[in-house]
Amino acid sequence: MSMNNPIVLVLEDEAEIRQFVCKSLSAEGWQVFEAATLKQGRIEVGTRRPDLVIADLGLPDGDGVDFVRELRAWSGVPIIVLSARTHESEKVAALDAGADDYITKPFGVAELLARTRANLRRIRAGRSTPELSFRFGDVEVDLAARCVRKAGAEVHLTPIEYRLLALLVANAGRVLTHPHMLREVWGPGHSQSTPYLRVYMGNLRQKLEADSAQPKYILTETGVGYRLLAD
Amino acid sequence: MTDDQRPDPDALLAQIHAEERRDGRGRLRIYFGSSAGVGKTYAMLVAARKLLAEGVDVVAGVIETHGRSETSALLDGLPVLPARQVEYRGRRLGEFDLDAALARRAGLMLVDELAHANVAGSRHPKRWQDVEELLAAGIDVYSTLNVQHLESLNDVVGGITGIVVHETLPDTFFDRADEIVMVDTPADELIERLHAGKVYLPAQAERAAKNFFRKGNLMALRELALRRTADRIEDDVQAYRTDRSIAKVWKTEGALLCCIGPQEGSEHVVRSAARLAQQLAVTWHAVYVETPALQRLPAARREGILQAVKLAQDLGASAAVLSGQDVAQALVAHARGNNLARLVIGQGGRSAWLPRRSLGQALSRMAPDIDRFEVGQDHRPQTAASPRPEVDEAAAGAALQARRYGLAAAVCGVTTLLTHLMVPYFDLANIVMVFLLSVVCVAVWLGRGPAVLAAFVSVAAFDFFFVAPRMSFAVSDVQYLLTFAIMLTVGLVTGQLTAGLRFQARVATHREARSRALFEAARDLSNTLTQEHAIEVAQAVIAREFRAQVAVYALDLDDRLQPPREAAAGLDLGTAQWSLDHGQAAGLGTDTLAGSAWLYLPLKATMRSRGVLAVQPGEPRFLLVPEQRQQLETFAALTAMALERVHYIEVAQGATVQIESERLRNSLLAALSHDLRTPLAALVGSAEMLSTSQPPLAPAQLELAHGLSEKALRMADMVTNLLDMARIQSGEIRLRIEWQSVEEIIGGSVKAAHGSLGQRPLAIRIDPDVSLVECDAVLIERVMVNLLENVGKYTPADTCVEILATQREGQVEISVRDHGPGVPKGQEDAIFEKFTRGQAESATPGVGLGLAICRAIVEAHKGRIRVQPTPPHGATFSFTLPAGTPPVVDLAEDAQGSHAATGLQEER
Repeated sequence: MSMNNPIVLVLEDEAEIRQFVCKSLSAEGWQVFEAATLKQGRIEVGTRRPDLVIADLGLPDGDGVDFVRELRAWSGVPIIVLSARTHESEKVAALDAGADDYITKPFGVAELLARTRANLRRIRAGRSTPELSFRFGDVEVDLAARCVRKAGAEVHLTPIEYRLLALLVANAGRVLTHPHMLREVWGPGHSQSTPYLRVYMGNLRQKLEADSAQPKYILTETGVGYRLLAD
Repeated sequence: MTDDQRPDPDALLAQIHAEERRDGRGRLRIYFGSSAGVGKTYAMLVAARKLLAEGVDVVAGVIETHGRSETSALLDGLPVLPARQVEYRGRRLGEFDLDAALARRAGLMLVDELAHANVAGSRHPKRWQDVEELLAAGIDVYSTLNVQHLESLNDVVGGITGIVVHETLPDTFFDRADEIVMVDTPADELIERLHAGKVYLPAQAERAAKNFFRKGNLMALRELALRRTADRIEDDVQAYRTDRSIAKVWKTEGALLCCIGPQEGSEHVVRSAARLAQQLAVTWHAVYVETPALQRLPAARREGILQAVKLAQDLGASAAVLSGQDVAQALVAHARGNNLARLVIGQGGRSAWLPRRSLGQALSRMAPDIDRFEVGQDHRPQTAASPRPEVDEAAAGAALQARRYGLAAAVCGVTTLLTHLMVPYFDLANIVMVFLLSVVCVAVWLGRGPAVLAAFVSVAAFDFFFVAPRMSFAVSDVQYLLTFAIMLTVGLVTGQLTAGLRFQARVATHREARSRALFEAARDLSNTLTQEHAIEVAQAVIAREFRAQVAVYALDLDDRLQPPREAAAGLDLGTAQWSLDHGQAAGLGTDTLAGSAWLYLPLKATMRSRGVLAVQPGEPRFLLVPEQRQQLETFAALTAMALERVHYIEVAQGATVQIESERLRNSLLAALSHDLRTPLAALVGSAEMLSTSQPPLAPAQLELAHGLSEKALRMADMVTNLLDMARIQSGEIRLRIEWQSVEEIIGGSVKAAHGSLGQRPLAIRIDPDVSLVECDAVLIERVMVNLLENVGKYTPADTCVEILATQREGQVEISVRDHGPGVPKGQEDAIFEKFTRGQAESATPGVGLGLAICRAIVEAHKGRIRVQPTPPHGATFSFTLPAGTPPVVDLAEDAQGSHAATGLQEER
């Protein structure tokens, strides 16, 4: 992979959408490959070794969720799902299958580009040496010292709050589903304790956001999960 | 020994039944006396006044004071239920108003004269049945009764006094009363009271009544009443002993079998058996054995017998009609089969086949171990039988008989002619054979009587025409006397045997027909798939089997009785409803509304009653035969099962169709959503591509491109709203209820509606006690987004918006307050309707679905949504959600961990 020209595979059966997605991405400096069917997509993803995959869920020859699951079985490449399906359970299904993010149609170009950038940054970050600190807004998370500062002042977090924050930081830009977060922070026995998750996320916002009712970074994906927006 | 002390399970079971029955049932106390004038009503009223003074809700349902001033004085201050006025043969009569009494729901109802017969057309023929319904409804009742009105003592009293009373009370009802209070007055005092005019005597019956009040009569009646009370008290004592498990008191053996004979006076036997069974405290059976001979009885007589069977049933017997050739044999078989150790028969009952031997003798020969009670003749003056129209019937029967005998004689004549031709060629011994053959043939074809005739005629003809000297009855050869004797014997025996065989064959055919009918009905009913079809089949089958008119009341979807498809004369929905509600038969041949021409049977299935079967038999006598009635009830049960099965088939089909249509609807909506969104996505993307294309567009074109993309996005929102409304309309809102954070929902909706709100200043205030609420977050966010988008549409761009969340009275209330023009007055409710907008035609985009969706979602959460004006101007939309009890989130453990973490940090 060339560091300057990351490769993206766009798997979309609608020609107009594929066209504008491809144009916007190549304008951003991506090297773009296209596929219109699931079969073609499998071939492309095997031969091109992309850095990012953007996949539609409703394909003429199969379900995009299956494609995501197959791909995730052998590759860690970030996957952004495009979908005309609005039901939250479908988004959760795609995320659980291994997708990193989703965009609901219709969507704006700006939104698409923001998501692709966030995912590319994470993959690059993962490849280089682990970052020792992470910033969003005026908050700085010192991963080595396990300490959090907001506008320079240290913020006290409980162990669970810290673990939640660390999980969000490690997956910045990604949508994390409720079950996933519960499993990671509380352990496998607590998949039903979503009220706990909500209360802790509320506390985290109180401590780190300027206005917890209108968060700028720790975002709620209603009915799906949470996402930390990195700037 | 321990075995003997153990409580008898049967007895305990009976006791449990009695207690269950009493549970929720009213209690009955009967004031019992030997004759009119002893002061029963007086005693009842005194007791009632005492209870009234103690605060019991006592109501006098019906009181017969007979103009006695002492008694009517006691009525002062007692609430009295007004009598129901009934027209009967031009006279107005006051009757006990059962419905009013049930509606009044008094604590204690006073109902005088328990044995009173109600005016024709009342719900029940007898007042005690009204009382039964009161008791069943949980109302306590006090009532009064004279000894001569007790069914089992009715004929005894009639025998003593010479006056027969027609108003009777079944002993079973008397024995079921919770308390019996004996009201006793010595005979002399009673006669004194009579002379003093304190005893009521109806004017027209004064002479007879004076006869009645002779000292001897009164003493006998007093003894009867005291004895009956004593019997009753002994029952109580026994019940008490059963209760305390003192010893096994009920004999499981020794049950009685009462044989109902064909002769007049069988009712006397039945009453005697009932009394005996009551005194012995045993159960009893009553059977009528129908022999071929008895089948030939006139219809009216048979009806009398069936009345006796019904009387036995009313007196508490399990009754049956058996068919058999030999009465004694059938009786013994029934007694052995049901473990009955005592037989009660009437005197003069003769065994049909052994005319010289009485039934008693036949029984003692057949079963010496069974005790027999022979009941003496009834000396009571028989009530004059109404002239019965049996003459025609008898004449018709006689004509038929005469034809059969004539045929028999003719056969003999033909045989004689035939044999006359044979004489030259055959021996006399062979001639005899031909005659024998003809007798046998007659026996087979025409039955016993004609066979006997044929035997005699054949002997005579043989003697006259063939035995020397011919043409004379004289016999020269004594040998022929033996021939005659043998011929006669063979004729009689064959006649007997074939007649018996014919009878058995008929019984067997009858039985087979019965089981075949049942089998066919079951088969036909099991093939039905719809309610209409099942009813049709049941009606046809029952009508054919019972030669009756049949109607079926089925339950509709709301469990209401539907009248039958084809209305028939005399059908009454009220009676059918009563039958359904009480789970009892009503109408013809029952105790409820017996005046009806129809019999109503509830269709009881496994789970519940499925309707009512109404039957109007061609011959009402049919229903008196217990077997016929059982057969009818079996058919009713079959019908009920078929209806239940059909009901569940319909339920299952309905469910399948619903699942299927829901699946179809979901995939349709999903496809629609996909197909509408995809081109919009292309439109938005292309417009944005245009706006960022190189070289940059001129400002006018750029604005066009932005507008294009904005309109496409708005259209996508409208599509979402339309599809949501379609989902809601089809009843498919499936809530994914979870504990959600109010703050998150508000935050999410503000972010989603950011574009619509533009630069409006936004203030969010969430009360500290509002944290988690149970709802579907996606749908409630949709409500919030719709409300905020409305603010964006209808308020000026610089006015501020407030979002408030409060909790009070178990409800979480979320409000969106704007300071725009507000909702027009009178439109506060209308704006939540579909396709309603603030202004009828305006440039503001939208189709008026947003608020309708909001209301549907909020109401699905059992909340309310409304709009109020914001002072000084503007609108406040607020909706509530039930607060419920949020789960306790225990942060303590984690907080302790926080110290540890801090400690760790300090160490570093």
